[in-house]
Amino acid sequence: MLKQFKQFIVDTVGLMITGSRIYYAWVAFLLLLIVLGAVAYAGQLNDGLIVTQMRDQVSWGFYIGNFTFLVGVAAASIMLVIPAYIYDWGPIKEITILGEMLAVTALIMCLGFVMVDIGRPDRFWHIMPLVGHLNWPQSMLAWDVIVLNLYLLLNWFVVTYLLFSAYLEKHYKKALVLPLVLLSIPMAISIHTVTAYLYNGLAARPFWNSAILAPRFLASAFCSGPAVLLILLQVLRKTTRLKITDEAIFKIAELMSYTMGFNLFLTAAESFKELYSGTEHMVYFQYLLFGVEKNGVHYNTLVPYAWASILTGFVAFLLFLIPKTRTNWTTLNIGCVLIYSSVYIEKGMGLIIPGLTPDALGEMYVYRPSFTEIAVAAGIFSLGALVFTIMLKAAVPMMLGEFTISKGRKGVDHPETDPA
Amino acid sequence: MTDLNLTQAPDDCATGSSCGSRREFLGTAVASVAMALTGCGKLTKEEFLQNHFKQLSKTEIETIISRLESEYKAKYHKDVKVGVEPALPGVIFGYALDLSRCIGCRRCVHACVKENNQSREPEVQWIRVLEMEKEEGVNLQHSEQYYNPEEVPREGHFYMPVQCQQCKKPPCVKVCPVGATWKEKDGIVVVDYNWCIGCRYCMAACPYGARHFNWGEPHLKDADVNPATHYLGNRPRPKGVVEKCTFCIQRTRKGLYPACVEICPTGSRKFGNLLDPKSEIRQVLETKRVFKFKEELNTQPNFFYFYGV
Repeated sequence: MLKQFKQFIVDTVGLMITGSRIYYAWVAFLLLLIVLGAVAYAGQLNDGLIVTQMRDQVSWGFYIGNFTFLVGVAAASIMLVIPAYIYDWGPIKEITILGEMLAVTALIMCLGFVMVDIGRPDRFWHIMPLVGHLNWPQSMLAWDVIVLNLYLLLNWFVVTYLLFSAYLEKHYKKALVLPLVLLSIPMAISIHTVTAYLYNGLAARPFWNSAILAPRFLASAFCSGPAVLLILLQVLRKTTRLKITDEAIFKIAELMSYTMGFNLFLTAAESFKELYSGTEHMVYFQYLLFGVEKNGVHYNTLVPYAWASILTGFVAFLLFLIPKTRTNWTTLNIGCVLIYSSVYIEKGMGLIIPGLTPDALGEMYVYRPSFTEIAVAAGIFSLGALVFTIMLKAAVPMMLGEFTISKGRKGVDHPETDPA
Repeated sequence: MTDLNLTQAPDDCATGSSCGSRREFLGTAVASVAMALTGCGKLTKEEFLQNHFKQLSKTEIETIISRLESEYKAKYHKDVKVGVEPALPGVIFGYALDLSRCIGCRRCVHACVKENNQSREPEVQWIRVLEMEKEEGVNLQHSEQYYNPEEVPREGHFYMPVQCQQCKKPPCVKVCPVGATWKEKDGIVVVDYNWCIGCRYCMAACPYGARHFNWGEPHLKDADVNPATHYLGNRPRPKGVVEKCTFCIQRTRKGLYPACVEICPTGSRKFGNLLDPKSEIRQVLETKRVFKFKEELNTQPNFFYFYGV
């Protein structure tokens, strides 16, 4: 068994490092961006976080915004698991592994964004359970460290096990996989809930201190994550022999329309409460949606983004809701892009910045990410894309049974996986 | 909340060989990686492996203090004394600030920076003075920190200095993922600058903007260094960690006033032992009507505001 696993690893790496010119070009492009990010990060390590635009007033920014958004993407893999395993719906079952790989990728990016945000990465061991001094159960960040890593391990294990079984030309053990896959449902909900609680529990920041923050996180996550998957599935079935039915795609799109509607409803509920009651806590919403006037200066940096997010979210909802546009590839894909951008704004900068502006003492500090922050973020996203690409590169032929322990080594052309 | 007590027997972790060797192993394995990661060649193995302050034995603390003192000597070319004086028994420090007397001169801000070895470039200030409109009362949306008139106080305005409120229920302590900040027995909330990972969660949690981050390398000229320091207080800080007001722990645990109290030209600042019925702070609580800033958040500050006249 161990010997076979060793062979499996060797073959996986082999699949990852061989490919067509397009594959190499794509990987090289990603590596270039990763190097750019690494250089920017080296500068940040050297000079400190002062090279970002974060300051005492807005002490979290682009990095933590991306982190929060990506936790949602990671959680969204269960949008495939639920129909496949709870409702035992065949057409999606074969592709749930793609959702799990997306979760692994998103989590690696999440951990990357946390790592680049901390001031003392050399002390990362302080936050490791057992060796360090984890302030658990008090600190929500301690909880987050635990659940994110468990979810990463869980998905990693399931993906590896499924592929290893396929590689050995054996059927996976249902008694092992099913409980784990079912466990991943509450785990996915918990990672995003805990991440929401991270903000939710701070009474000092009224923008975050709202009971529907966690439900809003989940609703928006179940819009943005599947949007990535829908586009990916279309790419994969064009470029590989992977069979993905229209039915599966439309089913996911239908489920998304419910979560999108719910997400809009929750956003409206939150906005109504803040704007209608109009207490002093309204100022954060006001900064986000309309801009704030203070000491003769008008601060409205976020306004266009906030409305773009609402508008794109609403249009995407309509496109997904109406069966005719949901089953039309053009409008479906436009809808995917729109909802992805909507949630990216809403759960990224649209969440972090108004939470911290005005600051605890009422100061207006206008935060815009610096070049370093953008370069580092690009590096992390590229790292994610690279991880996902090479995982797919090895996984697809194994899923198809084209590459196993006994066949596929030579002669068989490895189906190309297109970058997504 | 346990307190720093040097007479206490060393705890399990310090004496138990398993814990030590585990760290030792981790250290040798990862120290070099960490150095590469942080781009910080100066990071010594001792510093990398240093345990949480409250888990250190007396001898470990002594070693760390002498290491720090020699590092400071090399860096600032003078003898810096790093104290570890524990909380005095029967003392909880309280602070009261008279809003009707404060004129917004900001002498406290600068005395604080001088006393507490804050970075001068970029300058870190633990006290923020808010200029408020008299017609609005205490209203943060009508406040200004960067006021710069010819003369203070400005017509129609009053001033509200804000610093760490040393809460009885500090949200910053609750959220810290690694327990790098805690409340001492005398009510002072401190940070172990050698344990803080710089995640800045405490800054998001603090309703008073009292926590400050060393975004860049703190720059402090040799001549500006105050050599009388405390490990949990004003010793020079490294880059990438959070710091805050400690009621001048290095002074108040020796019976001195905090620097801001001493410098205030209007006598707006009152300080003392809340457990001593004859203390100045108790006199204020007894004879004046005090309020707590952002009382509704239930952080229960040991810092009070009042209108003395």
